[in-house]
Amino acid sequence: MIFLSEFSVIKPDIGLLFWSTVIFILFWVVVGSLAFRPIVRALKKREQDIQNSLDEAKRAREEMANLKAENEELLRQAREERSRILREAKEIGDKMVAEAREKAKEEARRIVTEAKEQIENQKRAAMIEVKNDLGLLAIQIAEKILRKNLSNDKEQEAFVKSLIDEIELN
Amino acid sequence: MRRILLIVACLWALDGATFGQSHENHQSEEAHAAEMHEAHGEHEVQTHHADEDLCAHADSHGESGDFDPAATAYHHISDANVYTIGPWAFPLPCILYSKEDGWSVFMSSKFGIGHHGNGYKAYKRYVLDEGVVKRIKDPNFPMGEVEIDGIVHEEVATPDGKKKVVAYVCYEGQAFETEHKSTADFGMFGGGITSFYDFSITKNVASMILVAILLGWMFVYIARKYEERDGQAPTGLQSFVEPIFVFIQDEVAKPFLGDKWERFLPFLQALFFFILGLNLFGQIPFLGGSNVTGNLAVTAALAIITFIVVNINGNAHYWKHIFAMPGVPKPLLFIMTPVEIIGMFIKPLTLMLRLFANITAGHMVIIIFISLIFIFGQSGENVGGALGAAVGSTLLTMFMMSIELLVAFIQAFVFTILTASYLGAATEEAHH
Repeated sequence: MIFLSEFSVIKPDIGLLFWSTVIFILFWVVVGSLAFRPIVRALKKREQDIQNSLDEAKRAREEMANLKAENEELLRQAREERSRILREAKEIGDKMVAEAREKAKEEARRIVTEAKEQIENQKRAAMIEVKNDLGLLAIQIAEKILRKNLSNDKEQEAFVKSLIDEIELN
Repeated sequence: MRRILLIVACLWALDGATFGQSHENHQSEEAHAAEMHEAHGEHEVQTHHADEDLCAHADSHGESGDFDPAATAYHHISDANVYTIGPWAFPLPCILYSKEDGWSVFMSSKFGIGHHGNGYKAYKRYVLDEGVVKRIKDPNFPMGEVEIDGIVHEEVATPDGKKKVVAYVCYEGQAFETEHKSTADFGMFGGGITSFYDFSITKNVASMILVAILLGWMFVYIARKYEERDGQAPTGLQSFVEPIFVFIQDEVAKPFLGDKWERFLPFLQALFFFILGLNLFGQIPFLGGSNVTGNLAVTAALAIITFIVVNINGNAHYWKHIFAMPGVPKPLLFIMTPVEIIGMFIKPLTLMLRLFANITAGHMVIIIFISLIFIFGQSGENVGGALGAAVGSTLLTMFMMSIELLVAFIQAFVFTILTASYLGAATEEAHH
């Protein structure tokens, strides 16, 4: 028996052509509108969402960086402030010390001056006292000497005069 | 290792099953086969033969004698009006139209599907020959449901000197010539318009409907998942299909179509998944191995749709390039324009032939590898040869099936990417 050995697939059957067209177009239209378009929409939406999330994360990171920079700036300013305050305090302290020292010196100087003056005054008073005592002493000595040496008036006078002159020079 | 052995064993069993479709009862057929072969030998020398002669052995329910791998392969890849899975033949709806009798709609079980997809009854002058509906030419043949003695095939010379196999229905000792259904090959491959058209839900149409429904269900399910699981990572089927979907979207649609990709994406996705689904469906053993995308009618339908979509969307720039290529001297246009017009048609033609040839070749190679078992077995005479060939053929078939899986993807991808490039060329805006 001979098989029906014909290569029938190469002869496009009109019925099959018809059904293929119908089935494919139906598949295209139905699945296209019910599935492909919604899937594309969903994929696009998801892509957008992912992009948004990434952008958001980037923005958040940037914000964080900004915040950190700000914090650092603040910290730096605070540090500066602290050191300034410290410096000022030190200056004030130094000044106060210097002033105090100045005052002390002045006081000391004043005390010393006063002391000197007092010493001078006392010295002067003492001198005067000494002079007075010396005068008295000299007078007494002179009295004694005079009693002994002064027999005539002329010599007496000359002598006294020279004595007085001598005292004045001192 | 054990797993590999198991796979080999499974594939072996499966090979047998696929093959069983046409070759169970092999041994019991041998007696008749010899007879038939002799009868056939006689006919070959004659150009004209008496009807009685032809049908002398028809009632013996002729079966094959020498194993013919080519015929087996052709039989397996062709479309049919019955759906055969292993030993079961499921009838399919026949929708037939003839100019004389109008529409006839009935199930192919009316033919009494026998072995090999041969019907033992004629209905409204239609018969089932190897799973394919044929029409008896003679108007005197009874119109109703009648039992026939059998169908014999004869090689006859056509007027143009070629040889052609014609099926004859034997009824009451007489042979009635049948004719094939109308085909759209314009007589190029031995077909052409005959007295009837077959709009039946054939095996291929049934497979296409099944695949389209399965794919449709899958995609609608996935689309719903996208809505339900909005803002969440894909899971399950969704995460399995998404990379393929995105691949077509990002690697095929976007590069070729630019900012118009979204408009054509459903078409490209439909093309890709429809072809892929059918390619893979044909690869599934035990499911009849429908050779849908390996049928020129199917690929032609897809190519025609592509052609129409491309040319409907063709813009002024595209048409200008076809009819008056800018920058080309006028005299040259007499050559260029015809070439461009031919090119317009060649593009879908190559799409059609590429897919058809690849898938048909794959199916045929697998069947022929399995046929090796029967060739080496010498139709059951040489058991050792059959066993040896079975091992070799299993390995070869496994190898081929893996390649076919790859081809299923590649061909679907190639069809889609070329369609995208044609669409891209047709919708591209002028840039010079």
